[in-house]
Amino acid sequence: MSTTLFGLTGAALVGIGLFGLIVHPTALRKLLAFNLVGAGVFLVFGVLARRAAAAGLAGDPVPQAIVITGIVVAFAATALAATLLARLSGPEEEP
Amino acid sequence: MTVSLLPVWAVLTPVLGLCALLLCERWMRPERVAAPFVGLSLYLSLSMTYEVMTSQAPLVYALGGWLPPLGLTLRADGVGVLLMALTALVMTGVAICAWTPPGDATARSRFSFWALLLALWSALNLAFTAQDLFNFFVALEMLSFAAVALVALDGTRGALIAALRYLLFALAGSILYLLGVGLIYGRYAVLDLAGLREIAQPDTVTLAALALMTAGLMAKTALFPLHLWLPPAHAGAPAPASAVLSALVVKAPFLIILRLWVDLLPLPAAAPQQIMAGLGAAAILVCSVIALRQQRLKLMIAYSTLAQVGYLFLMFPLMPGPAPWQDIGWTGGLLQLASHGFAKAAMFLAAGLIYEALGHDRVAELGGLARRQPVTLAAFAIAGLSLMGLPPSGGFIAKLLLLTAAVETGAWWIAAVILAGGILAAFYVFRALGHALADGDPPMAPVALYRQGAVLALALCALALGFVPLRPFALLAIGRPLEALEAMP
Repeated sequence: MSTTLFGLTGAALVGIGLFGLIVHPTALRKLLAFNLVGAGVFLVFGVLARRAAAAGLAGDPVPQAIVITGIVVAFAATALAATLLARLSGPEEEP
Repeated sequence: MTVSLLPVWAVLTPVLGLCALLLCERWMRPERVAAPFVGLSLYLSLSMTYEVMTSQAPLVYALGGWLPPLGLTLRADGVGVLLMALTALVMTGVAICAWTPPGDATARSRFSFWALLLALWSALNLAFTAQDLFNFFVALEMLSFAAVALVALDGTRGALIAALRYLLFALAGSILYLLGVGLIYGRYAVLDLAGLREIAQPDTVTLAALALMTAGLMAKTALFPLHLWLPPAHAGAPAPASAVLSALVVKAPFLIILRLWVDLLPLPAAAPQQIMAGLGAAAILVCSVIALRQQRLKLMIAYSTLAQVGYLFLMFPLMPGPAPWQDIGWTGGLLQLASHGFAKAAMFLAAGLIYEALGHDRVAELGGLARRQPVTLAAFAIAGLSLMGLPPSGGFIAKLLLLTAAVETGAWWIAAVILAGGILAAFYVFRALGHALADGDPPMAPVALYRQGAVLALALCALALGFVPLRPFALLAIGRPLEALEAMP
């Protein structure tokens, strides 16, 4: 039951994020929307790991390993995009 | 198959170069530190190609001795070594051409350029040898981060905006890809391509996952209509960076799309293949026309990249056989990939040298170039030959094979698009050449001859692919169909 709920929540987050990614014109909002999609996808991976509990395991480690990598990548990407945004919104400086 | 550590070293060597660069930043000029690693990586890639060609078997290594489904393998098959050799030759040409950087470049941006170049090389080699869906994701992320930073290297406002837009497209692409990976894992609990090949079914979940992954990868490879980020990014980057981005970086996501639809779930003559070819055809027609209208040389070349990427997607419906790698559509598409890689690298580098000499790259004001920089212009013209698909060139053989495959499978609209695309390419290449051959005597800065020679060598590589039409047929089929790794000796 709870896995279904989490799965649906993940799907909803992905949907909202994709909508934002396509509709919003500003880069900062697009970045936030990307993070929303990311949260949804990571939640889906969490559900996948939990589903292995039916097979008698506490949790499948492979999706968990993937999620850790995914979170690191999303974090690094957000940091890179935020840096670019900060440079762009700052005062015009000589390159 | 041959068990070999070479694929591992091919991925690791550029990373070691990166570490050396970081350690020696204070004491040595970055190009001097990077040069031995460039040479070593070139040697590794070429020796792998030689090894695969002589043994007719892929080079495989299971990392840490762990076999799939738990472990990761690196596997260099015929297509893999072709792309690694292409990467190595283009990177070497770019390295020679970027050896003496423009006078005003600061030490910091020079250091960043060489570091990012090596990072890109490692990511590309990983993308070409990886064997499971998640390793592809890692390779793509390494690639995107290095490529975005290369676009932003100039630090101008325009370059930063282009880099940000590129990053957002790439991120949207990678998150869609990751969602697809999740669905595949949820359905099959396997991520290894050889393992998936045996159990994958064309059911709703699998097709939805593949659609998500393909859409994400299309954004990264800039297929029309997800191409909007590419022209400003590739035209705004420094010329050597543009050469690498256009010639190599957009090819890695394409190769993964190809492997999804050939190695993971072969579906001969189905709707997805037709849709991809349709988008490719639209890319050829629309982006070639836009290229015709460009006033700046680098933007024209960037739009030409979009059109040439479209040709790659035409190959999907043109290999209907049970073993696609035996069809001429397969050879045609992959030759197009390789010859465009050489030709586009040469063209962007030539545009960079022209910019250095003239101080601008406005197409209408190129007059007098032919007399003052004949070598650069010859390289540009030879690369253009391959883009148009005129003999003798790799582009000619590739487009001829695709055309023949289109006629054989009865896909007349694809044949028409290939012909129309060639004519449009001729228009935009000859337009630039015509202006460059016109009279004029503008003030020009001198450009070292060895740099012009490196550009010419890359263009000649594209030309040379036109003379080896029969050999690649066998090379490109090595290592297919995928076989699971049974044991690690």
